[in-house]
Amino acid sequence: MIPSLSKYQRQINLESFGLDSQLKLVDSQVLIIGLGGLGVPVAQYLNAMGVGALGLMDNDTIALHNLHRQVLYTEAEVGQSKVQVAAAKLRKQNPQTSITVLPAYFTKDNALETIKDYDVIVDASDNFATRYLINDACVILNKPFVYGALHDFEGQVSVFNHNDGPTYRCLFPKMPQAEEIPNCDENGVLGVIPGIIGSLQALEVVKVLTGVGEVLSGKLLIYNGLSQENRLIQFNADPKNKRMQQLANSYGYAPCSMDLNLDATAFLALDHPKQVIDVRSTEEFEENHWEGAVNIPLPSLDEALDQIDFKTPIYLVCQSGKRSAQAAQQLVQTHPDAKIYSIGGGMNQISMLCH
Amino acid sequence: MTILLFGVTKDIIGSPSLSIPSTHINGRKLPKNVGELRQFLGKAYPELNKLSSLAIAVNNSYADDKTEVNSYDEIALIPPVSGG
Repeated sequence: MIPSLSKYQRQINLESFGLDSQLKLVDSQVLIIGLGGLGVPVAQYLNAMGVGALGLMDNDTIALHNLHRQVLYTEAEVGQSKVQVAAAKLRKQNPQTSITVLPAYFTKDNALETIKDYDVIVDASDNFATRYLINDACVILNKPFVYGALHDFEGQVSVFNHNDGPTYRCLFPKMPQAEEIPNCDENGVLGVIPGIIGSLQALEVVKVLTGVGEVLSGKLLIYNGLSQENRLIQFNADPKNKRMQQLANSYGYAPCSMDLNLDATAFLALDHPKQVIDVRSTEEFEENHWEGAVNIPLPSLDEALDQIDFKTPIYLVCQSGKRSAQAAQQLVQTHPDAKIYSIGGGMNQISMLCH
Repeated sequence: MTILLFGVTKDIIGSPSLSIPSTHINGRKLPKNVGELRQFLGKAYPELNKLSSLAIAVNNSYADDKTEVNSYDEIALIPPVSGG
């Protein structure tokens, strides 16, 4: 046996896996989008099992409230980049793996370029916008992707766009709107559940790469952690979802962890912010507004992009902070690199602090 | 007819499953297919109508609105979930 493969002896010994499958893993490249609760076990297992190259994509930093489920990180690393910390530990775990760090969010602008060189994509994200974008990009470039998602004690796993198999949109054609379904773990999550779902995703990646076993394509696995019941739902491809040629114009809202909120106190401490945009109605704007603010009502924001200078920080304000938050999400979709802030508490908070 | 509830539908309806008696109550017509079942459930639980995507499976197979449903079928309401 090739000496560097001896560490995989125990899985090579599996008759239906063997050296052939191990060599396929060593020759494979997998992109993991999201290095949170799902991405951590996916990365750890694929790395340990000998997948040749791993891409780690996330722009989030480690937070204290991540640690109960993102078990690769420690309290001493709070505030550090998830992908950087993960890469350093994975390199120690298996020095043979080629690890690429992608410290960015997966956006419409980088989606196709990012996935093009990978064999399998892992959707370990935590929001619908990213999940639909992953689906569409994978359909366009004909890449299989392994999906995992959670709700409370329940998890979903499937492999989409595998050969002629169905896509995410064949199961859920339309992306849920904000507020419709809890997004971004707002609902809370028990630490071990993403560990289980992420491990199932790692298993599916191995099956796709090696051809061993039966890939979970055309089947949705629903796992219930409370009853330990698994259910498989069969579904078919809808040919129109496989014909997608280009990405949608917009994927709604931004990644959850992207922090677009600026405290009103911090805003007031700024030295003459140059670009303040008030997204309230013209009537509200006329009643009172921040000196120097420009009024672009939220409903007409998309048509007024040419009035905004995306090279200068953008401070968005409304009455209570709700509409400006929505505006920030909207703008960051088309300009992910711009400095965009929504002023928390809006004019209400500003007037309170100024009195 | 037993209806198993997943994801947010469990939270909307407030229990992990729902049972529709085979004899009609209040003179209400019982759903004969998945489309009618959607309307039936939407009337009882209007929050369900707000879901952009809600997959319905009949006996563990994804079903379109024309799929017939019978009293002995096991139905599952499956919305997308996003957590990670």
